[in-house]
Amino acid sequence: MTLTAYLAVSIALFAIGLIAALSRKHAIFILIGIELMLSAANLNFIAFWRFAPEPHPPTGVIVAIFAIAIAAAEAAIGLALIISAYRHYKTTLVEKMDSLKG
Amino acid sequence: MNSIAFVIIGILTLTGALAAAILPRLIHAALCLVMAFLGIAAFYFLLGAEFVGLAQILVYVGAVAVLIVFTILLTRREQEDVHIPVNWGGVLVGVAVFAALFWALLKTPLPGVQGVEIITVKQIGQVLMADYVWPLEATGVLLTAALIGSLILVLEKKAR
Repeated sequence: MTLTAYLAVSIALFAIGLIAALSRKHAIFILIGIELMLSAANLNFIAFWRFAPEPHPPTGVIVAIFAIAIAAAEAAIGLALIISAYRHYKTTLVEKMDSLKG
Repeated sequence: MNSIAFVIIGILTLTGALAAAILPRLIHAALCLVMAFLGIAAFYFLLGAEFVGLAQILVYVGAVAVLIVFTILLTRREQEDVHIPVNWGGVLVGVAVFAALFWALLKTPLPGVQGVEIITVKQIGQVLMADYVWPLEATGVLLTAALIGSLILVLEKKAR
């Protein structure tokens, strides 16, 4: 398959993640959308590395590995924040967490 | 053969991701997210990055999906699961971003041949321990800090 096909799949994944993050009211759905967008970026890195015109050091693979590690840390912190906010507000809907709203 | 596998994996991945984004019930969305992550790992295998695919399965399917399911379990409220209105402005922004990026992709000339050899885990390890040893250590510190921070965040405060 060509690079264009992989990039098209990656664009679709990113758009789906963006829709999930922007249109849902539930905090866990927003986190799911962010994870999908991160995965789309990783897929882009791997696809560009694979279709590079000349043999480079495996920079794309290394970047993807670091991005996966940081995404794991991000998911753990995000879910801990959601549980902490749920204890405080008794809800996980982000529109009900409006203490800072002017 | 390769293109048939690509089409099947692509349909499975995008269906899983779309279901994870639009299904009303959280637990169904989390399970569909697992399918999308497995599809992305299959793309990595197809692209010749076996180690990244295995890391994707271990981290996302093994850890992140289980974390999400546990969070859903801990924050469950029956009346909150369904009948929440969707913010259509967000959908509009997402579709607009998709259209803009797709238009840019169609306008860009891209190389069509696969250049690099398939990389082995031994090479990845050598590069990680030689050229990228400082980022590797920093990632280790970051993961430790994230672990301790998430534990502190969810710690129950004892009433004295």
